[in-house]
Amino acid sequence: MALTGLQIYKLLPQTNCKECGFPTCLAFAMKLAAKQAELAACPYVSDEAKAQLESAAAPPIRLVTVSNNGAKVEVGNETVLFRHEKTFYHPPGLFVRVRDSQPLDEVRRIAEAVATYAVEYVGIDLALDGMAVECESGRPEIFQECVAAVSETTHKPMILIGNEPASLEAGLAAASRSPRARPLLYAADTGNWQDMAALAKNARVPLAVRSQDGLDELAQLVERIKGVGVEDLVLDPGPRDFAGSLIRMTQIRRLALKRNFRTLGFPMITFPGQGVEHPDDEAILASQHIVKYGSFIVLDHFSPAMAYPLLVLRQNIYTDPQKPIQVQPGLYEINDPTADAPLMVTTNFSITYFSVANEIDGSGIPGWLLVADAEGMSVLTAWAAGKFDATTIAKAVKTTGVADKINHRKLIIPGHVAVLSGELEDELPGWEILVGPREAVDLPGFLKLMREV
Amino acid sequence: MSNSVEIPVEKWSGRVREVTLGATAEQGGTRSHTVTVGGETTLPFLHFEGSIPYPPVVAVEIRSRRPKDWSPLLFEAWGDVMDDPAAWAKAAEQAGADLILLTLDLQDTPDDARGALRQVLDATGLPLLVFGPGQADKDNELLVAVADEGKGERLVLGVCEDKNYRTIVAAALANNHLVNSRTPMDVNLAKQLIILIHDMGMPLDRVLMDPSTGALGYGIEYGYSVMERLRIAALQGDSMTQQPMLVTPGEEAWKIKEAKVGDGVPEAWGDWRQRAIHWETLTAVTLIESGAAIVILRHPESVLRVKRTIRALMQQSEQELLPA
Repeated sequence: MALTGLQIYKLLPQTNCKECGFPTCLAFAMKLAAKQAELAACPYVSDEAKAQLESAAAPPIRLVTVSNNGAKVEVGNETVLFRHEKTFYHPPGLFVRVRDSQPLDEVRRIAEAVATYAVEYVGIDLALDGMAVECESGRPEIFQECVAAVSETTHKPMILIGNEPASLEAGLAAASRSPRARPLLYAADTGNWQDMAALAKNARVPLAVRSQDGLDELAQLVERIKGVGVEDLVLDPGPRDFAGSLIRMTQIRRLALKRNFRTLGFPMITFPGQGVEHPDDEAILASQHIVKYGSFIVLDHFSPAMAYPLLVLRQNIYTDPQKPIQVQPGLYEINDPTADAPLMVTTNFSITYFSVANEIDGSGIPGWLLVADAEGMSVLTAWAAGKFDATTIAKAVKTTGVADKINHRKLIIPGHVAVLSGELEDELPGWEILVGPREAVDLPGFLKLMREV
Repeated sequence: MSNSVEIPVEKWSGRVREVTLGATAEQGGTRSHTVTVGGETTLPFLHFEGSIPYPPVVAVEIRSRRPKDWSPLLFEAWGDVMDDPAAWAKAAEQAGADLILLTLDLQDTPDDARGALRQVLDATGLPLLVFGPGQADKDNELLVAVADEGKGERLVLGVCEDKNYRTIVAAALANNHLVNSRTPMDVNLAKQLIILIHDMGMPLDRVLMDPSTGALGYGIEYGYSVMERLRIAALQGDSMTQQPMLVTPGEEAWKIKEAKVGDGVPEAWGDWRQRAIHWETLTAVTLIESGAAIVILRHPESVLRVKRTIRALMQQSEQELLPA
């Protein structure tokens, strides 16, 4: 949390020596608070004050990065509890777990499937973030082999999971053969923290911290590990189940943001597959962790049918509420339309546009899609707000000059705004207004029917 | 060393209103039991700082006539009962429904609507919601008949919207029913319609608030944030936002392509049935976690999963999570 000018002033020498270039220490403090000056300009500030000021300037939840040759995942640095208060900034990384007790072929197959999985959503390419490899064998050489198999298969970031520092060290050696590899080590606990911290420190990789015994012990462990110089930490909140993880993760986020409690100001890692009664529910608990404060989400299963909705949810929740994703208003040509192709109108809300455009595209029928400037709202919302009315649509028809490109005067409007037909015919004399389906998914059928008539 | 971590607890002044659906024989109806929602004094499932007296509940949507445009997956799941509202209601109850939503059809006459309601009332002891087909004149005509036929049952009649609520509210008032107040994803619009309905004399313990939602991928983040804001406003003491919330994730999810369609979609979308059920359940649970008290679903497998999730969310957590 940022300090005020007065709070900063109390930490300065208060000698008004002017060497910083400002007339008084107070003036300098005000500039520091406004981030218009650097503390380094003061030659006399004490080390203690410096440390305090630097830590106050740090974000309340530390930004932690894991990376590999191909990609990185950056999480933390969040500032709010609810997305409507500002926005959520750093979407959680979605990882898929394999274990060194699985046959290597199977491990490679899963790593390959995760690495190559990609799906398009409203023009954005979505993908999973990496692999978590767990040492279940208890044998460093087996774990090393497994990590090597994953590392050779995918260049995505990794999480190395194990209790024994010797195993993680062996895994880290295998992972580090890949350039820019910076895996997350999971996890330090009361028994192993000294060796784990040393390993993380030497390799300069982030370290996850877990406690079997609640927040007090977790906080103590974090302080000990920070004390030996490991700064990039990730917290295991502890409870795995729906209610327990929701409560604990909310408490940690509140402590970091509302109490500025630095000790727990770190991103959190979750394992939704371990918190459910039935394997079918893993996706549901993962969705809770996307919405409520997870930063590394380790899945026990991978399937496209589960990955796609989770990736879409992450995209939705991490969209800035102040900036709905929009497309440029204008006239879009789909499937190379000729002058006699049908003309449809919709709004410039990107989800709306892509739903409609994808349906026309998929139908194989050429068409003109007129996108009206509805301030980035969907059809019904824009209509309710008066942003998608007869005037807006008529204006779009005129400004795009679509009349010169087509040889008919028929305009298809969304079924949800059928009530606009009359007014539109007044606004656009000589045009025939046709009412299309309410939902984009029904457009291909509608267009085929129109063609036959 | 042993400084203990002090867990921040919000002191909320407000409380979500309790609303009870259905009426038993002693209460003037024929339901085997009633269902109460609301009453929370904290954000969803934060058991450590407030009381959550009632779990969210699941309503299953059935139709007075076999729907034409539903996904083949839903036809496959329910089978022949979709031709018969009574059989469908029974199947929905068996699938785990806490409530039944009967949606009427544009082709129904007032007598058809009465008949469908009567059949469903006879087939199940669960409290009911009855929604019109979604065209103002038709809704009014059918819901007036339904309100009379089901007099005293404490049905939830819907949907009240700002352009059409008076007739429905009057019918509910006259026959001891409840209403569902629906507005398009906006905190102030949601409040306004509650005020208008209340101004007609409807007691607030008979009004549900439906702030609308989009499906996952189709605007869920708008509905989600509006619901979080409404719940926070309710807890801060803003009286007209304190109604329990009802949303329709089933309808929203099943009308979009990801759930509805199996052919000609990208391979990366994966297995159709699994994807569709994930779509409906993730939409529903995300909204439950932002404050929904009633979710209306369509697929029986989704009902099973969402109910299991609600049970898990309602489990009081370990003692150590409680503040000292």
